Amino acid sequence: MKRTPVIEMKGISKRFPGVIANDKISFRVYPGEIHALLGENGAGKSTLMSILAGLYRPDNGIIKVQGRAVKLDSPRKALEAGIGMIYQHFRLVDNFTVAENIVLGAPKSPSKINREQMETETRRVSQSYGLTINPGARVHQLSLGEQQRVEIIKMLYRGCEVLIMDEPTTVLTPGEVKELFEILRAMSRQGKSIVLITHKLNEVMEIADYVTVLRRGRVVGEDRIENLDEGRLTRMMVAREVAYSQVKRDKSVGQVVLSVDRLKVQGDLGYLAVKQASFDLRQGEIMAIAGVAGNGQKELVEALVGIRSSVSGTVEYQGEEINHLNVRERISLGINMVPEDRIGTGLVPNLSIIDNSILRNYYKEEFFTGFFLNYKKVRRYTEGIVDKYNVYFSDLKHPVNYLSGGNLQKLLLGREIEQKPRVLLASYPVRGLDVAAAEDIYGLLLKERDKGTAILLVLEDLEDIFRIADRVAVMYQGSISGILEVNKTSIDEIGSLMVGAQLTGVENG
Amino acid sequence: MDINAWTALLAATIVAGTPILFAAAGELLAERSGILNLGVEGMMLVGAALGFIVTVNTGNHWVGLLAALAGGGSMAAIHALVTVSLRGNQVVSGLALTIFGSGLSGFLGKNYQGIPMNYGFKSLDLPVLSDLPYLGAVFFRHDILVYFSVILALFMWYLLYKTKWGLAIRSVGENPQAADAVGIDVSRIRYLCTIAGGMLAGLGGAYISLVYAPTWQENMTAGRGWIAVALVIFALWNPTRAVLGAYLFGGVEALTFRLQTMGINLSSFFLAMFPYLVTILVLVVVTIRRRQDAGAPQALSVAYDREER
Ligand SMILES: Nc1ncnc2c1ncn2[C@@H]1O[C@H](COP(=O)(O)OP(=O)(O)O)[C@@H](O)[C@H]1O
Ligand SMILES: [Mg+2]
Repeated sequence: MKRTPVIEMKGISKRFPGVIANDKISFRVYPGEIHALLGENGAGKSTLMSILAGLYRPDNGIIKVQGRAVKLDSPRKALEAGIGMIYQHFRLVDNFTVAENIVLGAPKSPSKINREQMETETRRVSQSYGLTINPGARVHQLSLGEQQRVEIIKMLYRGCEVLIMDEPTTVLTPGEVKELFEILRAMSRQGKSIVLITHKLNEVMEIADYVTVLRRGRVVGEDRIENLDEGRLTRMMVAREVAYSQVKRDKSVGQVVLSVDRLKVQGDLGYLAVKQASFDLRQGEIMAIAGVAGNGQKELVEALVGIRSSVSGTVEYQGEEINHLNVRERISLGINMVPEDRIGTGLVPNLSIIDNSILRNYYKEEFFTGFFLNYKKVRRYTEGIVDKYNVYFSDLKHPVNYLSGGNLQKLLLGREIEQKPRVLLASYPVRGLDVAAAEDIYGLLLKERDKGTAILLVLEDLEDIFRIADRVAVMYQGSISGILEVNKTSIDEIGSLMVGAQLTGVENG
Repeated sequence: MDINAWTALLAATIVAGTPILFAAAGELLAERSGILNLGVEGMMLVGAALGFIVTVNTGNHWVGLLAALAGGGSMAAIHALVTVSLRGNQVVSGLALTIFGSGLSGFLGKNYQGIPMNYGFKSLDLPVLSDLPYLGAVFFRHDILVYFSVILALFMWYLLYKTKWGLAIRSVGENPQAADAVGIDVSRIRYLCTIAGGMLAGLGGAYISLVYAPTWQENMTAGRGWIAVALVIFALWNPTRAVLGAYLFGGVEALTFRLQTMGINLSSFFLAMFPYLVTILVLVVVTIRRRQDAGAPQALSVAYDREER
């Protein structure tokens, strides 16, 4: 028997300035199915589902709900079609009570607000799925896990047949994850469909019936869960073809510059995000930190540059312990960083290219005439950077948020390289960039490596690792599960370390 | 002062507070939806000018009122267009409209300066209530607009806190992302609230030129629009508190006037500062107490764009 899918998306494309977030994507969900939408960060998962939820308008493509073509040009239309999405950042009114949030905007709620009735309704819906919540509490008093419950109840109250959840487990404790999965199973038994956006393989294996994998805006694979295992999923997620090491090197690596020993770092949620990290970083090498996002990479890098303090363990720079140094002191030693979000942390969106290019060293004498910044000198400096690093722009005075992602990254990386760092840390330096821009960034990094800089890159795409790194340290659940020479390893080996396999005969340093 | 002087002062307080109450109620509604309208002063002026001019020419003060509503409403529509659809800066747009309104009203009213006006709103003494000793004179011997302003404020309170539309309006002012995600039309609500707010500002202006001081004079609102903006903060965005606040500020105005006629020389500058001083004090208290559910709408003066991250 051939069933009609509840949701069918065909040929969906969506561009944002500088990126194609979705490129002719087709996607189907059947009734009662728990469908995992898997892919690394920036793959286009949230965009695709925001289109289904009526938040974004696709540039192309059609959407069918229960076999009928629909135009979902607002969240209201999507809700009317039975599609509800729970976004990664919850969309709740903090100052409202739980019950108010639940009835808010629902067509069936009565015109006159009756607190008691509202709270009874809330209790009725929540209890039918075994969700406990205090309807009278204000949302800002709730934990993130509870807020998520409010979001779920909100969608159930509206009678959604398809529930989309964007990375729901990132804010949950392991216990809460279990609970959530129970609820999702209960919903699926009642015939509701669930789309679970995630990049965590173990979750997919645990709960999904069907998986669609996105990579760089395209569907790179889909199948029923029975036909898949973690290894195959990893490969789909991070690389299409089997990659091989392309790093050619003439010089050998030099001295150890940065030495990390048994570092423990606390995460935002209160437990240890980095449980155990030890490695040495040498002059003239690129070491990649691989791992599925959220396994402690972010916290590790933040601890190395001094944004986050460590709980225990040591970081040594050229033999000297630097644990107590702050960010600026570390910068002056030559430890520079290219942050994950180019715009915001890396560059100031509304300042011009000129201003952004000297943010790091605007106080240097070379830019001044007496008391004042000399814009002629500054401009010449900026022109030097954009020239040397191939930044395409229309006007140096325009705010940087007019630049495309690739040019932003070149400007940012160029600015940092001009500081002549001894250690360069970069998180996801090619995330969201097109192939040409990514090539340019690789080129810059390799050149910098050959000059003798020690480079640590947080990467998630295995292809990137094989393309550029000399060594790779794989992180899993806060620990480094193995450090490997890139040209002596394989995608499968890294992939299995990424999902928690143990390495036999751990090589260290 | 004898008891009759006191009742007269209190009655004057209520009349003086009424235009401020109209304007403040309008501003409150707009701000609850997330739109800061600093054009109130200009909208009141245009309302005052149009209300007066149209009344003089048609001989009908109700038509004059309609003109004032339309004038304030159209200026607010410009504000909504700039800030909601074009996502322009709300402060800049509001200030521009205030300056524009002051110029426009001066231009329109050029030939009406000092003309007397013989039409107007008669006092409507409420049966029974107006015969109450003292209280009757203070509260129940006013024109219909005074009663309407109070009913309006109470209605607004009911709307905001007791109906699903009020919930929607508040959600748009607190978190437009959340409102949008549950299918509430953020732009529509912001347009409606801003325009309705502008109409009320126009009405407040017309109350001045038709009832409070039945004449036209350039800049005759004399900063009451700004007091209305301050009053919204003072009232912590709650319409019932706005009623009290309006009468408090109206009382100061009435008192100033009374003291002057009595020859007591309290600097009028001091009294002019009073509403703002109180507002600053309230702000300090509120910030210290930091009660999340009693403060400014969280998304006040922030434009909403669905596809922006
Ligand atoms: N609102 C937006 N404006 C501009 N670019 C966006 C927006 N949303 C997403 N993008 C870009 O689109 C790409 C896909 O993003 P997203 O769908 O969030 O990926 P995922 O959810 O898989 O991590 C990224 O390169 C991201 O930078
Ligand atoms: Mg996402």
